[in-house]
Amino acid sequence: MKKKANVLFDAEQLHRTIDRLCYQIIERHEDFSNTCLIGIQSKGAVLSDRIQRRLMELNKKVPAFHGKLDITFFRDDFRKDNKILQAQETEIDFLIEDRRVILVDDVLYTGRTIQAGLQALSNFGRPASVELLVLIDRRFNRHLPIQANYTGLKVDAIHEAYVKVELKEVDGSDRVLFYDAELIVND
Amino acid sequence: MTKDRLSTRNLIGIKDLDLNDINLILNTAQQFKEVINRPIKKVPSLRDVTIANMFFENSTRTKLSFELAEKRLSADVVNFSSSGSSVSKGETLLDTVQNILAMKVDMIVVRHSAVGAAHFLSQKVKAQIINAGDGTHEHPTQALLDAFSIKEALGKVKGVRIAIIGDILHSRVALSNILCLVKLGAKVKLCGPPTLIPRHITSLGVEVDYSLDSILNWCDVANVLRIQTERMQLQYFPSANEYSEFFGITREKLDALNKQIVLMHPGPINRGVELSSDAADSPQSIILDQVENGVAVRMAILYLLANQANA
Repeated sequence: MKKKANVLFDAEQLHRTIDRLCYQIIERHEDFSNTCLIGIQSKGAVLSDRIQRRLMELNKKVPAFHGKLDITFFRDDFRKDNKILQAQETEIDFLIEDRRVILVDDVLYTGRTIQAGLQALSNFGRPASVELLVLIDRRFNRHLPIQANYTGLKVDAIHEAYVKVELKEVDGSDRVLFYDAELIVND
Repeated sequence: MTKDRLSTRNLIGIKDLDLNDINLILNTAQQFKEVINRPIKKVPSLRDVTIANMFFENSTRTKLSFELAEKRLSADVVNFSSSGSSVSKGETLLDTVQNILAMKVDMIVVRHSAVGAAHFLSQKVKAQIINAGDGTHEHPTQALLDAFSIKEALGKVKGVRIAIIGDILHSRVALSNILCLVKLGAKVKLCGPPTLIPRHITSLGVEVDYSLDSILNWCDVANVLRIQTERMQLQYFPSANEYSEFFGITREKLDALNKQIVLMHPGPINRGVELSSDAADSPQSIILDQVENGVAVRMAILYLLANQANA
């Protein structure tokens, strides 16, 4: 069943892309005093830690607020596909009221996770703005009108395909894999 | 790593839960505790679920706690209490429940003075049943919130020395607590007047110690139970004063220990009988934390059970 994996990013490419995303954030936010970086559990949270660290190295300044958001209780498929994902920690010990939020996730696909994330975010106040950063944007098969503001790589893939982001902190290696026969990569 | 679903579709008693179920509930409750401390304490998970709270016996904490848990999960809630209902006209439990179910209810939280009431309903009706106390039998949600509170106070349950003190005989809290804590690997001892300790209770893996002094010196946590006079048809001890003298927890008895133990009580407290006011209101008491945790634990139970509707 499992298809042969193509490597979209090796470690070096992944690091370079994260660096580019960091610079784009710096470009748009410059002064980080009102910026919140919030990663969606679980890979988005790891990725946001990585970005926070890298921003410190590149810029000596980081978003003033950094958190993790679990969206399990906000999923719209609860009780529908008979799957509970066990909830993970939400660590947001600040209000996002009038702040500029950057939401971080690994893969943007149907958009439903982000929708749940936006709904979950609204429990912490009314933000001035919310931006979305994703490492991989699977452009087809979006179910909702949701787009990313910062994108690592755009991938055109049919529904059966599968994109997996591996991060050293969880998977032991840094790379992005693509499982399918057909693939077109636009960078 | 725990599995992420329960092994049961009803919560009748701790007896039916395995260790994985208990850990799953406690871990999920941890996340809900964070939710109920947010500025907006609500999640949409159960917005398509209707829950009936059916209390055939008095309750303050459990009823409010369930209702809040249900509302914070966005469920629709109807409340029933037997006083003022057609139960006084002679309607049976099953008839009452079936009439409520005809109104399209998905889950029933039931408290009843008859042992086995929740189990009986689970055999007869399609809705999911959650036992909120059946007579002197079980009160599973209380045991789970007690375990959660112990874990929160001490960082673990396994290996912790827990004393359950008071009216063990009439207490569903005691039975559910014993089953839950033993499964979690705690060391449990019971203490109370011999008349209020069931004879074969040690077969559940607990020990009995009739001396309050020695059990207080032994334990890390004392869970103090109420004397349930409403369930007593006999005189089990001479007087409340005498009970308090021998088994009541007071500031003096706590100060005489060379350590600080954690004090718990499932409520309602008979102040001055099993627990004096200066003990109940002291910093080492986590009685009000238990109440707060009750909402989080019940949210976890409802959430996890809702996913088992078709199981």
